[in-house]
Amino acid sequence: MTIQPNRAERVYAPTGSVEFEADVLVLGGGPAGTWAAVCAAERGARVVLADKGFCGTSGATAAAGTGVWYVDPNPALREAAMANREKLGGHLQDRRWMARVLDRTYQQSNRLAECGYPYPIDDSGKSQRNSLQGPEYMRLMRKRTKQTGVTILDHSPALELLVDDDGAVAGASGVRRQKDDRWTVRAKAVVIATGGCAFLSKTLGSNVLTGDGYLMAAEAGAEFSGMEFSNPYAISAAFGSVTKTLFYGWATFTHDDGSVVPGAASKGGRSAIARALLEGPVYARLDKADDEVQRQMRVSQPNFFLPFDRTGIDPFKDRFPITLRLEGTVRGTGGLRIVDDSCATSVAGLYAAGDAATRELICGGFTGGGSHNAAWAISSGTWAGQGAADYARQLGTIGGRKLSRSGTIAYRSRSRRAFEPAALAKAVQREVFPYELNYFREASRLEGALARLDAAWHDVSEADAASKADLLRAREGAAMLATARWMYRSALARQESRGMHRRDDFPEQDDRQRHYVTAGGLDEVWTSVRPHADAAYAEAAE
Amino acid sequence: MIEVIDSARCTSCDICVNVCPTNVFDKTSGVPVIARQGDCQTCFLCELYCPEDALYVSPFADQAQAIDLIALRQTDAMGSYRRAVGWTDGTRDRRGDDRSYLLFGH
Repeated sequence: MTIQPNRAERVYAPTGSVEFEADVLVLGGGPAGTWAAVCAAERGARVVLADKGFCGTSGATAAAGTGVWYVDPNPALREAAMANREKLGGHLQDRRWMARVLDRTYQQSNRLAECGYPYPIDDSGKSQRNSLQGPEYMRLMRKRTKQTGVTILDHSPALELLVDDDGAVAGASGVRRQKDDRWTVRAKAVVIATGGCAFLSKTLGSNVLTGDGYLMAAEAGAEFSGMEFSNPYAISAAFGSVTKTLFYGWATFTHDDGSVVPGAASKGGRSAIARALLEGPVYARLDKADDEVQRQMRVSQPNFFLPFDRTGIDPFKDRFPITLRLEGTVRGTGGLRIVDDSCATSVAGLYAAGDAATRELICGGFTGGGSHNAAWAISSGTWAGQGAADYARQLGTIGGRKLSRSGTIAYRSRSRRAFEPAALAKAVQREVFPYELNYFREASRLEGALARLDAAWHDVSEADAASKADLLRAREGAAMLATARWMYRSALARQESRGMHRRDDFPEQDDRQRHYVTAGGLDEVWTSVRPHADAAYAEAAE
Repeated sequence: MIEVIDSARCTSCDICVNVCPTNVFDKTSGVPVIARQGDCQTCFLCELYCPEDALYVSPFADQAQAIDLIALRQTDAMGSYRRAVGWTDGTRDRRGDDRSYLLFGH
């Protein structure tokens, strides 16, 4: 039986804009967004997916290779997979969520195989499904998205959400960069799958990830969780963009004079690299990789070698300078707070998936690599898409809702001061890139950064509306600024070291702080504390 | 950053304009132009999607580099990424070559 897909309807709009009516609008066309769009469409929803860049190349996954937390449904293997990450994540994971993500990732990865993803076959003839090649995976996901009848808007960043009179999210609006016009989609539900925020650090594929979805969601009243877990840095050649921390597991790290950096390692010793970089240049050489490993690396992620092959460096023999690029909440675990199994946020009609959502439920305060994030993108994308489609169906026919735009910063007319997006982005980077502020945190340094960031927020709040040409950059800058403030306010609230969050003034993990930090607000940023599920159960039992 | 669109190879199909996630290129009546080089994030994906091997992304992410196109054409750099991942007719068997499963857990 062929199911005729329901398509979103293009409706009349004045010159200079396009408008669509849909059941579900998905913002972001990376793994989470495409899974959400496909799964919403499969439930019969009319779906529009808008991507800031090109759905298929946009985001951190498309440019890289990623592990996937794919574990055979063998109880012992599943138990080990859940248990072996709990300590690293600071025991903030939720077993029930880990189990359902493992189930869903297994199921959906197998669907990818049926759709033609070329998983490698190992020597014993078994198809190996715990890794995905980004370009191949996302090309296939774009194809699947189109095949299910989803309308894709490429190069169409969303800039603000639409809300109804009750505050429920009911669409979004943005610009079509290559058509030089505006788009509006009226929808019954919206999925935010815009990824995390890497602050334009050029960590591979991440410059489209500036926290845009966070800002829009916050303007509609959404909350965040775990924003203190936002400071992983990835290793790359100092001159290059390709971050592949896994491969640096075979590296020796040295100072300028050739002496080994004590304690430096890709896994469990990256802080030693950061401290050494504060003193001077650090070099790497992948000299622990034998010929066999070298061959495996070359076929597993060819783009890792482009920077070396093109500069005449043999990374296995030659020393090359390295740097640490901030990955922010792309590889951090904080994001929009999820309130139920369908990945709904605290705002009606608004769902979150992938890196835009908190990953604490399966990662706690740490992710070692892409594996859990990839599994989360697949699973949360599936649930958010289905949840949004169900919500839209339940809403039924809702003609004639009066919708208003919820954008604040860069939209308000103030005659006093012009909006300067480039300066804003740089000002935020100055507060979040330095290792002494973000990698190694401490109360007075965090407070200093927050004072400057809060002042910058006050400044841009007073600035005039951005010009048409500057609007996208202005909103990106505002999103980065807001993200930095939720991060550091949450970092101050967690007075201990846990997961990736390390405080010089509280170097130990504190059992009494095995809880989640919620954050929110724009003009006034606030934080509060929610108990971990285990604690909540224990209390209920008492 | 993206440095070269080789006009001798480019067929003006505009695929690079479409697929670049950061909208670096602009269409023209002929060969596209690198209109916003500073927005390039050095992800190499334009190269991967170019069916003519007409593009070259320099590995330097933060600084523009002067490129000698004549010399570059004599190397195998242009199109090397596409061949490595199996996206050319002669290399399709490489698409299933991923051996990450042997590297994880190191």
